[in-house]
Amino acid sequence: MGLLNREEAEALIQEVLEVYPEKAKKDRAKHLMVNDKTITQSKKCITSNRKSVPGVMTQRGCAYAGARGVVWGPFKDIIAISHGPIGCGQYSRGGRRNYFAGISGVDSFCDVMFSSDFQEKDVVFGGDKKLAKLIDEVEGLFPLSKALSVQSECPIGLIGDDIEAVSKKKAAEIGKTVVPVRCEGFRGVSQSLGHHISNDAIRDWILPARDGKLDEGTPYDVAILGDYNIGGDAWASRILLEEMGLNVVAQWSGDGTIVEIENTPKVKLNLLHCYRSMNYIARHMEEKYNIPWMEYNFFGPSKIAESLREIASHFDDTIKEGAERVIAKYQPMMDAIIAKYKPRLEGKKVMLYVGGLRPRHTIGAYEDLGMEVVGAGYEFAHNDDYDRTIKEMKDATLIYDDATGYELEEFVRQVKPDLVGSGIKEKYAFHKMGVPFRQMHSWDYSGPYHGYDGFAVFARDMDMTVNNPCWSMFKAPWQQEEVEAEQKVA
Amino acid sequence: MANIMIRKSDKGYVFYMPKRDIEDSIVSMEFDSPEKWGGEIKLGNGGIYYIEPQVAPERLPYSVRAKRIDGVE
Ligand code: SF4
Repeated sequence: MGLLNREEAEALIQEVLEVYPEKAKKDRAKHLMVNDKTITQSKKCITSNRKSVPGVMTQRGCAYAGARGVVWGPFKDIIAISHGPIGCGQYSRGGRRNYFAGISGVDSFCDVMFSSDFQEKDVVFGGDKKLAKLIDEVEGLFPLSKALSVQSECPIGLIGDDIEAVSKKKAAEIGKTVVPVRCEGFRGVSQSLGHHISNDAIRDWILPARDGKLDEGTPYDVAILGDYNIGGDAWASRILLEEMGLNVVAQWSGDGTIVEIENTPKVKLNLLHCYRSMNYIARHMEEKYNIPWMEYNFFGPSKIAESLREIASHFDDTIKEGAERVIAKYQPMMDAIIAKYKPRLEGKKVMLYVGGLRPRHTIGAYEDLGMEVVGAGYEFAHNDDYDRTIKEMKDATLIYDDATGYELEEFVRQVKPDLVGSGIKEKYAFHKMGVPFRQMHSWDYSGPYHGYDGFAVFARDMDMTVNNPCWSMFKAPWQQEEVEAEQKVA
Repeated sequence: MANIMIRKSDKGYVFYMPKRDIEDSIVSMEFDSPEKWGGEIKLGNGGIYYIEPQVAPERLPYSVRAKRIDGVE
């Protein structure tokens, strides 16, 4: 049971919908639901991956953002060129803090922005020449890059530039892989399509590069897919896999390299953390290279142990023993953390509104701390994400798809959670409402949150936020007195 | 006509359409023998698709063209 019972939750949704005009109301109603664990197919009660209604202030990004910021940005030795006007580059300045090991601007380029800075004349006369020149310049200035990728922004698709031809020509000239990515922002309804397009581009332009030339590899080769190394997440995950005896060949894409991508077809199992953004390539590798894949969850000790065991079940006894050894080694540390923070966090309610995997993946970690997730939603999920979420959430909790700023605020006002986890766009609105808030996209400049080491940071951060003394000082002193006076009278 | 991918899970065949990102269980398949495979397939969500009957693929997952006959998308 959540905070509200089913009728109250339904009534809340109705109340929130009240302000919309008839048509918008009908549409938005399909995106909000009260969880019912008996439902096996989310599609019957929630609609997702649909175009946002104009005027309702969605929090989504565009396909270009999904491609440049999410999938391509974190590969450290691939220079990602934002091809088009300069403004879109907002998504490309490394704001997600995808950590990497390397020297920025010399051999690693995650936090450097490359843009072709389209001007009017490029729109009128075409930008292919400019792109070719840009690639030459980049090659001259940053010779240690291993590959380039070209992310097209809206105007490129509108004026019909042929970035594929330029990429092919330049790739031959400079002897590096150049990947054109057709991720114009107007495609699709959210950043989600950008992930898909990027997966397809990797499939077509990079993955087959070493077909037939790869060595056998070891029987314990695995790849981490869909971990963007935010605040060091992938590193905290990788060490656990290595400790149990697996050989991590590739990280997609946090701290990853092009050679790692090319080597991935030799792995024996693909480990998928962010299902939403990389399931496409995992499915492709399953078909073409016969590599099975599985989703795992490295948030919180319960889920980590569960995942480690499930990963090990794909391998022989040495790995299974390895998994048990790793779990046994870290469990006392985890018990100490839970003993410390659980009394401070027990019973607190959390509402989440994030992206690809976190609204469902972090539930276990919160529960380990005795907290309860009473509402969860995604910006750009599809039905398969909600299928998975319904199972994780308690009955009568709120689930919202592509929520608008207004809906979120209203839900929070009424449900009164002790913590809201969402992104930078929501952060200050909730701070002003006096609600403790954590950014769950970038970990609020903290991290890692994955793995056992990550849980220690996660628990500390949640405590730090929820129990911060500032929340009790929210009333100005003179208002405080009024409140006390009123209480006295009453 | 659309490209779909058929996989095998522990619960039977799974239908996946990359373009629309639809994943669902296959509850029934008209022909399911090594020599003749495909035909009408029914999905968990009520959708019905048609695959040209053919020799069963050697290995799953397998991508194939399918026609939507009925039901939700
Ligand atoms: S929608 Fe188009 S113009 Fe806007 S940020 Fe995305 S690519 Fe740039």
